[in-house]
Amino acid sequence: MTSGQAAPAARPTARLEGERVTLAHGSGGKATQALVQAVFVEAFHNPRLDPLEDGAVLEVPETATNGRPRLAYTTDSFVVSPLFFPGGCIGDLAVNGTVNDLAACGAQPLALSASFIIEEGLALADLRRIAQAMAKAARAAGTEVATGDTKVVQRGKADGCFITTSGVGAVHPGARLSIANARPGDRVIVSGPVGDHGATVMLARGELGISAQVASDTAPLNGLVAALLDEAAAGTHALRDPTRGGLATVLNEVAAASGVGVVLDEAAIPVRTAVRGACELLGIDPLYVACEGRMVAVVAPDLADRALAAMRAHPLGAEATVVGEVTAEPAGMVLEKTAFGGTRVVDMLSGDPLPRIC
Amino acid sequence: MRFVDEYRDPAKARALARQIASLCEPGRTYKLMEVCGGHTHTIYKHGLEAYLPEAVSLVHGPGCPVCVIPMGRVDDAIAIASQPGVTMATFGDLMRVPGRRGSFLDAKAKGADIRMVYSPLDALRLARELPDRQVVFMAIGFETTAPSTAVTVLRAQAEGVRNFSVFCNHVTIIPPLRAILSSAEVALDGFIGPGHVSAVIGCRPYEVIAREHQKPVVVTGFEPLDVLQAVYMLMRQLSERRAAVENQYSRVVSWEGNPAALQVIDQTMELRPSFEWRGLGDIPYSALKLRSRYAAFDAEERFEVPGARVADPRACQCGQVLRGLIQPWQCRVFAKACTPERPIGTCMVSSEGACAAYYNFGRRHRQAQKAGQR
Repeated sequence: MTSGQAAPAARPTARLEGERVTLAHGSGGKATQALVQAVFVEAFHNPRLDPLEDGAVLEVPETATNGRPRLAYTTDSFVVSPLFFPGGCIGDLAVNGTVNDLAACGAQPLALSASFIIEEGLALADLRRIAQAMAKAARAAGTEVATGDTKVVQRGKADGCFITTSGVGAVHPGARLSIANARPGDRVIVSGPVGDHGATVMLARGELGISAQVASDTAPLNGLVAALLDEAAAGTHALRDPTRGGLATVLNEVAAASGVGVVLDEAAIPVRTAVRGACELLGIDPLYVACEGRMVAVVAPDLADRALAAMRAHPLGAEATVVGEVTAEPAGMVLEKTAFGGTRVVDMLSGDPLPRIC
Repeated sequence: MRFVDEYRDPAKARALARQIASLCEPGRTYKLMEVCGGHTHTIYKHGLEAYLPEAVSLVHGPGCPVCVIPMGRVDDAIAIASQPGVTMATFGDLMRVPGRRGSFLDAKAKGADIRMVYSPLDALRLARELPDRQVVFMAIGFETTAPSTAVTVLRAQAEGVRNFSVFCNHVTIIPPLRAILSSAEVALDGFIGPGHVSAVIGCRPYEVIAREHQKPVVVTGFEPLDVLQAVYMLMRQLSERRAAVENQYSRVVSWEGNPAALQVIDQTMELRPSFEWRGLGDIPYSALKLRSRYAAFDAEERFEVPGARVADPRACQCGQVLRGLIQPWQCRVFAKACTPERPIGTCMVSSEGACAAYYNFGRRHRQAQKAGQR
């Protein structure tokens, strides 16, 4: 449908019956249409999605500099268990995860897609909550879900609901970001305490018999990144959101790609007391625990103060802090000066201590 | 964080380091074995060796349960898990331990129903939830974890759960220490004694080591200051020419141990005449099996178990690492063919294994030393 054509007469939409998703909702017929209308269009409601075309047509905004913006494009799948946890659910996670991957490219999201694989039997009320959380998260990031897809699989073939989101974003004109761009002397800044999301999901599973006052940090970071790049784009060499594998993994990727070392200061790394306590009890290192609302920035020393100030001025970066420095040696390795006074190697993790946290 | 930060105070560490250094006799070197993998982990995680004088070296002992399980027992466990109708429940640590034809992870990918649990009681709950399947708990560990296996067997009996059994690989701590001391290859000066095991068995069982082998033992906690203080206490004994059992971890460990825990072990388990240890070979009376009156819960009675004996891979030097003969980085496959992603030896598997701990946290130290030698 193009604008200017008269809208077709409203088709009678089948009512969404029952309380659970059934295989019929995945048939492609009336029941599918009813589900899509009553759950997804209801929640995401926007001019690009509402006509339910096969895809969305996007207008790419012009940039001030050359009129042709660079686009960032990313995709991510979400299989978190449980679907709901303190601080969020698979819905906001799916939106924020893709928004943050775009943000790590220095981009503001233009539009998202969302693809659902739903297990037969999922409560419709849960699916509605998930869709509404996605809509809210998209609004918070200043974007929308413009296209999507729905499949239903037999009971036992998926765990409640899996979501894949993709996103297209316009890259900040001044951004020159790559994990291969870190240089000796650069400062490593993390935008807030690490490990909240992973610790929350781990405890929310209830298998460990531990409870603590922790909540996921899931949040869209495009605004924070825009503030950072507006202030210090020229000195911002790399951005990465430390999701699976946590801060340790992200910095190992930077060290390997840039051929540099990274030296962390354990005492400077912000970790909430409850997260630290849970990790101590479980023998897990918070450096490896996932965040879903934090950004790691590698910034040249002369702009590090301005970058830090810009991040701290943003509500999602209020606790931003410098946690380490890029060094020439040992190339490809991350070291940590321990609070105890020793030095240790912070390697990539082998094996996943916490499967299915995002 | 309370009850943690107090044990990680760098100022106190510096003071202890000075005291340790002052006890070193000129020209003498000291080799202390930390028996427990938990200590190995602490030492590397906090970079504790930075506080030790060059004359004092720590060697890693056989106290990581995952590291001492022989390949044959892994193969036996996989053989049980691969039988139709069986669900195997195991601690996550064991998933990557290599058997002759792969690990639990490989067996799981081929279709065996293997699930990770956090406690044997979770395995029993699984048995209640899956009444049509035989749930087998892969029991491993020293006297630390044996009581919870024992309690689970007693509860299974009390509740009349018929589809639950235990593949018992529990081992005991004193026999391997004596085996190491009896092999003349290694000259140890003393032991940083395990903390958690001793919470169960107490300090008394170590007296035989002090008395018959004239080696000091200090039962030790798991925070970095605990370990440094234990080194100091061992050095003090050595400087005073004493060999006694001392308790650094008195906030947790009593001299006589935990009588209730010892009682449930004794009620349900007995010593095996012999058991194979990875890298150490057969050690008499060093492992536990279920007593015959609990045979209904003994997976070795219930299932066909091949009883495989498998030689350790030729390239692997875990045995020498576990006996303190070589340091992890001296093994010929360390960080080359053998890594945490693709372990050849058990010591590279668990985060408490000497090689994995060294690989993850300690390589920098070694590299610095190498650079210094150049």
